[in-house]
Amino acid sequence: MSMRTPLARVKGLGAAKEGVGHWWHQRLTALALVPLTVWFCLAIARLPGSDHATLVAWIAAPFNAVLLVALIIAGLYHGYLGVQVVLEDYVHPHWARTTLIVVSGFGAFLLALGAIFVVLQLAFEN
Amino acid sequence: MAYEDERPLSPHLQVYRLPLTAVVSIIHRLTGLVIVLGAVLLIVVLFSVAAGPQSYATAQAALDSWIGRLLLIGLTLALYFHLCNGVRHLFWDIGYGFELETVDRTALATAVGALVLTSATWLLALL
Repeated sequence: MSMRTPLARVKGLGAAKEGVGHWWHQRLTALALVPLTVWFCLAIARLPGSDHATLVAWIAAPFNAVLLVALIIAGLYHGYLGVQVVLEDYVHPHWARTTLIVVSGFGAFLLALGAIFVVLQLAFEN
Repeated sequence: MAYEDERPLSPHLQVYRLPLTAVVSIIHRLTGLVIVLGAVLLIVVLFSVAAGPQSYATAQAALDSWIGRLLLIGLTLALYFHLCNGVRHLFWDIGYGFELETVDRTALATAVGALVLTSATWLLALL
């Protein structure tokens, strides 16, 4: 016999009230990152040189700039979700765990904003 | 004193040989953390590009040194390993590939795939 109320069962959100949200976001970003990562690695490898002008021109091309922003968002979000799980597994004092998760979240968010800003700046100025 | 009965023992962690799947699982997590550090590095390089040719020249010199090269190749390998094993995880998530034999074979395929993709990418970059 289930001890859960019918309402709790249909909602399916569990004790943390977010259900499988974390798991699902990790999978969705993983799926998006498969083509994005392969594109990024091969595109960088195929650049004719690594000088400043070549890189700026590559980043500024609309197709590349859009995919770069997508890579930055999906990549840093996926990275944050992974780091959060690692912290939850290995950092035991509650205050340290919560502090590190919050700090890594703020860090990933700021890094993503900075990177997106720079990509757009290069795209619009060149 | 010898053990006289055949009761199973729980694994003794200092003498227990981890199965291939466990090793791959640990490497998956480690490469994930390595990629986070690599992403920070690449974003710093991106910032240097935006800051102008002079600051980018500094970053480029660091990346072109042998230690910079080694770091980039290591990062590529970590990235492709995590990607291949991630695809393996996605197949598990939709319910495929759980048989012990399959699981070992895909673990090996992950390692081989990562090496092949890393070599291909760097050949493309350096040739």
